[in-house]
Amino acid sequence: MAARIHGGAGAGAATALSTFNPKKLVAPSRTNLPAARSSKRCIVAGGGSDASKSLSVRHSQKLIASAAVATKAETSATTGTGHELLLFEALQEGLEEEMDRDPHVCVMGEDVGHYGGSYKVTKGLADKFGDLRVLDTPICENAFTGMGIGAAMTGLRPVIEGMNMGFLLLAFNQISNNCGMLHYTSGGQFTIPVVIRGPGGVGRQLGAEHSQRLESYFQSIPGIQMVACSTPYNAKGLMKAAIRSENPVILFEHVLLYNLKEKIPDEEYICNLEEAEMVRPGEHITILTYSRMRYHVMQAAKTLVNKGYDPEVIDIRSLKPFDLYTIGNSVKKTHRVLIVEECMRTGGIGASLTAAINENFHDYLDAPVMCLSSQDVPTPYAGTLEEWTVVQPAQIVTAVEQLCQ
Amino acid sequence: MATAFSATLPLHGSSSQENRLLLPPTRLPPPPSSFLGSTRSLPFRRLNHAHAARRSPVVAVQEIVKEKKPTNPLLITKEEGLVLYEDMILGRSFEDMCAQMYYRGKMFGFVHLYNGQEAVSTGFIKLLTKSDSVVSTYRDHVHALSKGVSARAVMSELFGKVTGCCRGQGGSMHMFSKEHNMLGGFAFIGEGIPVATGAAFTSKYKREVLKQDCDDVTVAFFGDGTCNNGQFYECLNMAALYKLPIIFVVENNLWAIGMSHLRSTSDPEIWKKGPAFGMPGVHVDGMDVLKVREVAKEAVIRARRGEGPTLVECETYRFRGHSLADPDELRDAAEKAKYAARDPITALKKYLIENKLAKEGELKTIEKKIDELVEEAVEFADASPQPGRSQLLENVFADPKGFGIGPDGRYRCEDPKFTEGTAQV
Repeated sequence: MAARIHGGAGAGAATALSTFNPKKLVAPSRTNLPAARSSKRCIVAGGGSDASKSLSVRHSQKLIASAAVATKAETSATTGTGHELLLFEALQEGLEEEMDRDPHVCVMGEDVGHYGGSYKVTKGLADKFGDLRVLDTPICENAFTGMGIGAAMTGLRPVIEGMNMGFLLLAFNQISNNCGMLHYTSGGQFTIPVVIRGPGGVGRQLGAEHSQRLESYFQSIPGIQMVACSTPYNAKGLMKAAIRSENPVILFEHVLLYNLKEKIPDEEYICNLEEAEMVRPGEHITILTYSRMRYHVMQAAKTLVNKGYDPEVIDIRSLKPFDLYTIGNSVKKTHRVLIVEECMRTGGIGASLTAAINENFHDYLDAPVMCLSSQDVPTPYAGTLEEWTVVQPAQIVTAVEQLCQ
Repeated sequence: MATAFSATLPLHGSSSQENRLLLPPTRLPPPPSSFLGSTRSLPFRRLNHAHAARRSPVVAVQEIVKEKKPTNPLLITKEEGLVLYEDMILGRSFEDMCAQMYYRGKMFGFVHLYNGQEAVSTGFIKLLTKSDSVVSTYRDHVHALSKGVSARAVMSELFGKVTGCCRGQGGSMHMFSKEHNMLGGFAFIGEGIPVATGAAFTSKYKREVLKQDCDDVTVAFFGDGTCNNGQFYECLNMAALYKLPIIFVVENNLWAIGMSHLRSTSDPEIWKKGPAFGMPGVHVDGMDVLKVREVAKEAVIRARRGEGPTLVECETYRFRGHSLADPDELRDAAEKAKYAARDPITALKKYLIENKLAKEGELKTIEKKIDELVEEAVEFADASPQPGRSQLLENVFADPKGFGIGPDGRYRCEDPKFTEGTAQV
């Protein structure tokens, strides 16, 4: 089936969380994660946007517009057929489809083969594709990342897995110098179509070193793209898009989101790497978030709606580059911005996003951009301390109330 | 131990033992070039490496050598000799010209010259085909030239011109050529070795997964300093583990800027580290292009046959400083003189003439031809234009959509200013 590229919001996507069962999370957070639904209303192409926009991607298929707030009953009815799966299965499905489609796609990483991946993303793939296509590497991140880059330069399309994103710190040399810069320093002669992926973020008492958020460290590297998936739908879509992209893409997954369940379309689809996702349109305030914090935000949104606020929630998805169009349109509408991220306060994605918004949309702001990030603290082991290092829904509610005064 | 190498006519009329570096009396001399055969099995036999070696296919190589040249006791034919000579002269002249141009302000930054080490580059690369890959370090001009990148393209790159092999974007330390499979040119030591391992992995993948007829080998060049770096060991492990068609060539010139190899390495004999990972480790006189070539032949054959990697340590020397900015005051004058006397070009010239493979006049013609080539390369580079502003944002991404979507909804790369190099990205 031909792939359909879905622009903007999750057109045709099932609601993110209508069947979400918090107990199924690997490590449920202490706060009650939502039975909250995301809206399925999409940005319809023609509405309010400049007709001269030439990009077919953004206006391609007829987007399915539906009601502003999805109810449980509506979910399966509107999407029709589809199949339900967990986020790690969605990643696996995307990966498997791409490996079927192109024999140059291969996987390398620790325990990706026989073990099936420490988060089961590559489960069964070694049996199907063989030990060379799903390569179990020794524990040498720098070298196997470099090996993936060398393979990419010479014609393959490796998907390099970091067992935990934090381990990729050991591969920083290769990621920065070779992955990011080599296309440029070779004068465009060599492309590096790698995907570097792995779970990161604060888990459940995994300790400081396993709870790192590398997006802030990598964001300055020129020549790479960074995306963060947050739902099974966009996980599969982004995985496929990243593999097909000629650019090196770093795909950030989150340890706590692997067991999210969602119904995704049966037919093939790809998500756009550079676009943000409208999760819940609103009027009062723009909340920008990504990855796990999306769920904290949606939980807070529930409370806020009850209190009479109408937040617009955007999952920025593309951490580098930022989708300033979607973000900008939202800022122009609501005039207030709150960024909620799991990244560290200093030099994080939020910091860059704040700068970008101030630079581009300063005139549209009624209040300073507020950014809620994790504390600049190594993630403690103790559960209570860990809870306080990341942003919790109550803080989000308070921040919105403050901004909307 | 009789090997293919002691059977040859070495240029200096003696075994490599006499040509070894002056070691402090407490250290043992490196053995004569011995080719420790591949241990086909897994590391169980690690303890018996020495014995495994003697059962190695070294004998088979002797037979191959004999088959190829049944009646000719010489190592090369005239044609081969002239090719080698020309390549080394090209390397030397080019590097000398680089020095001149640098001091005249035509090129800037860090420029690392290869004078004295030509035998290694020529010895290995002239055995490779166009589809074989070479990975180098910052001392990469001559590797690029040997691999086939034109002198014009390299010189232009050094001058930072648009006609350079990397459009002026790479510079001295980043010589790349897709056409000739020169995979760089890396500024940090050791970071090219994993890339080379990846290229070798592709070769194996093409053969075993894509079922293509591919026996491309990759040669990775790096120095003695790199051999203390983790990436080196990680790649030795993976290459041996996956039996990748790669040759690790250590250009041991004894000095890492001002750090003597002996002061920085617990066991300075680098070739020994090969067997520790399950691959043969060979030590060869890197000032002797014919010896290097013989070792290279076997290593390449091994790799092409799918028998895995080889670690070759070439004892060599750089006649100039680490870079053109290095005053080179630490190295002993006597050491420099000793190696200058073993200049690989002089040695090959002597060999060719003494063995009646070429006449003085022919060699002079080659030298003159190369001089003209290098001069022409400089003229070409001088005349070439500098990159325009429009080039600034190109090549950052293979797919420039990676710069993202701007506030106006268009991809940044569609902004007309993008092609002018002035777009906000």
